[in-house]
Amino acid sequence: MNRWFKSGTPWIWLNAGAVAASLVMVFGLILMIAVNGLSFFWPSKVIEFEYQTEQDAEPRRIMGELQRSETMTAQAMRDAGFTVPEGQDIVVRHLIKRGNRDLDSRDFQWYLDDFMSEWDRPRDAVVLERLQWGDFFGYIREYQEDGETVAEGAEARTAFEERMPQTRELVQQIQRIERIEIGRVNFDLERLRIAQRGVERAEELSLEERGRRQEELEAEREGLDARYAELEAERNALREELARFAIVLETADGEHSTIPLSRIVNAWWPNDMSVPAKLRHYVVAFWDFMTGYPREANTEGGILPAIFGTVLMVILMSIVVTPFGVLAAIYLREYAKQGPLVRTIRISVNNLAGVPSIVFGVFGLGFFVYLIGGNIDQIFFRDALPSPTFGSPAIIWASLTLALLTLPVVIVSTEEGLTRIGASIRHGSLALGATKAETLWRLIVPLSAPAMMTGLILAVARAAGEVAPLMLVGVVKLAPTLPLDGNFPYLHLDRAFMHLGFHIFDVGFQSPNVEAGRPLVYATALVLVLLIIVLNLTAISIRNYLREKYRADSD
Amino acid sequence: MSDSQTHSVNVAQNTQAHRGLSLDREDICLTAEGLKLFYGEDQALKGLDIRIPKNRITAFIGPSGCGKSTFLRCFNRMNDLIDAARIEGTIRLDGEDIYAKAVDVPELRRRVGMVFQKPNPFPKSIYENVAYGLRLQGVNNRRRLNEVVEKSLKRAALWDEVKDRLHENAFGLSGGQQQRLVIARAIAIDPEVLLLDEPCSALDPLATLKIEELMIELKKDYTLVIVTHNMQQAARVSDYTAFMYMGELIEYADTDTLFTSPAKKQTEDYITGRFG
Repeated sequence: MNRWFKSGTPWIWLNAGAVAASLVMVFGLILMIAVNGLSFFWPSKVIEFEYQTEQDAEPRRIMGELQRSETMTAQAMRDAGFTVPEGQDIVVRHLIKRGNRDLDSRDFQWYLDDFMSEWDRPRDAVVLERLQWGDFFGYIREYQEDGETVAEGAEARTAFEERMPQTRELVQQIQRIERIEIGRVNFDLERLRIAQRGVERAEELSLEERGRRQEELEAEREGLDARYAELEAERNALREELARFAIVLETADGEHSTIPLSRIVNAWWPNDMSVPAKLRHYVVAFWDFMTGYPREANTEGGILPAIFGTVLMVILMSIVVTPFGVLAAIYLREYAKQGPLVRTIRISVNNLAGVPSIVFGVFGLGFFVYLIGGNIDQIFFRDALPSPTFGSPAIIWASLTLALLTLPVVIVSTEEGLTRIGASIRHGSLALGATKAETLWRLIVPLSAPAMMTGLILAVARAAGEVAPLMLVGVVKLAPTLPLDGNFPYLHLDRAFMHLGFHIFDVGFQSPNVEAGRPLVYATALVLVLLIIVLNLTAISIRNYLREKYRADSD
Repeated sequence: MSDSQTHSVNVAQNTQAHRGLSLDREDICLTAEGLKLFYGEDQALKGLDIRIPKNRITAFIGPSGCGKSTFLRCFNRMNDLIDAARIEGTIRLDGEDIYAKAVDVPELRRRVGMVFQKPNPFPKSIYENVAYGLRLQGVNNRRRLNEVVEKSLKRAALWDEVKDRLHENAFGLSGGQQQRLVIARAIAIDPEVLLLDEPCSALDPLATLKIEELMIELKKDYTLVIVTHNMQQAARVSDYTAFMYMGELIEYADTDTLFTSPAKKQTEDYITGRFG
């Protein structure tokens, strides 16, 4: 035994064990997120069953998707207020997603296995994904045009399926008008409103001049109002066209409900789908998730604004932090006289990396948002006051705050890269008549570019996953507009934005309907992890390219 | 003819050429007068006077720590890079004091090139290594660069070995090739003087021979000053030799005289291997 210890084998096992444990944890986490996140889009079977507890006189018919099952002790269930058959110690309960939130608010419900009977998977059961009230489970009974029943039963389904693609297109058209066209008009109107206020306040101008300008603006405004009315009419016409079609559905317990086609996003018959059809549904659903806008307090729809906001923020942060950190590191390492002061600065920079991120958030709010943003508003956007332009949380402040947060990482890595370039190469350059600055910019900085990229990789990894400070300086639950759009100046740094990390927090923990949001939380987490991986891989491949280009002995 | 045979012929010619050399008949390129160098409190060079002739190879020999490398670095002011170093006395290049205030140090270093003990190519392509000095001077004309790169590599006797891989990384070369590349890099900007600080100490014997041959070739156009540990090397390649000991210049004469009939006891002891 003693010899075994002396041989060093236990150390090898210990080290290998540590590596194995890390790998298991990392891959376990990713696997858990992936399985939960990806399975959400797969159309699961719809079940229908009869449910009758001891108190119920009549059995109820319930339809829905089985979410998960649990085995509990009867005692725990009784304590929770369920009636459990006497003389039973263990009960099995199932969580059923019933949908139909407009008819019955309990869209997720636990049912005891003991009271369930007549399990069935009706082939004609349909699931509707709706713009409001979540999913609907039921049967299509009638298809209506202009309020008249045109088809019934199986024909209704066919008619509905034929109509759906056109409906989807119309809905998209309406969305385009609302988001882009009307959005642009609104943007211009807001600009005009501010310009008008500016003219009102412009005391240096004569009254006539002011009046003239007001008239000009007024004319422009009328033009825009007309355009707005035009668009509105166009949209209303489309809406009317949409409203002509509806289907009548029957729920499992016999209630009837009429749903206009304009409210339906997607429809599928999960018990009547082949595997390729399911696959197609899966791809479409996943695509909609990635490219759609959120609905229903973020618990439904897509996460495009959040993906977009996260990526844009990380890019802006990188643009700020890289030059800033690199320049600081070059000064500290190459120009500053190495002494107690520089040592103190270096220690402070390192310690900055350990400051809790929320502290950076508070600082960002006070310094960037209120002080700098407030002053920018005072100087450049007086006419818009009291409503703030830059003086409120915005993507630019979030990026700057995160740049500050990740600055130490970039400085430290760059400094390490600079240190690694030996004196002999520097002397070689100086001996050829290069000045210090020439040596630095032509030789040293390009050579330490891989180290700078390493810093940036670490910074990106940290920034993309950071949530706490962002909640103070720019992230919102729901942003009405993206920070990048077709309206001049295209990149709107003053807008608040959505973020995947905050989206996870919001949907998972702030949402009124936790069960509905749960799969979205997993899916969003998966997207966030994938996004960070993609961002990192990009940076790593750039670094490897640079490394190969400036390959040196030491590498 | 094999490399070593060519070499011995060349070196033999060189040795014959030594006969009848005298400093008084030479054009003087570099002079040092009363040169003292201090590292903080320590004095490394204790008042050196030397005249280095044009288009000749002058060797500095002496035991480790005698200050010969430090002395060499005074000629292109590389000692400026050491914060603690302080210099007194004058060094003149073609009569101008290189430590005068008005001197542009990068310009001086363009005129006085340097090759270091350990080959230090830049982690760039072979081509870019040689072109580096020119690019510094703002030369970006492709044709001119190509010309100079080819000429310099040929002069450094490296062209034939690398002409097919000019754009590969310089670290792919062997140590001896790297050292010749560094020499090519130095002569690409056409300096007047080339300082070589133990250029062969990191090389194998065959590579050493090539460098020595190259030095003899280069002295047609440049003034060479070489620091070496290796007395045979000094005897083989140099025209003049200075023996230094403890920061002082003990003896300076044409190589033949210094090695065959040294005037000072210390010199004799050193070259006969009694100390050092």
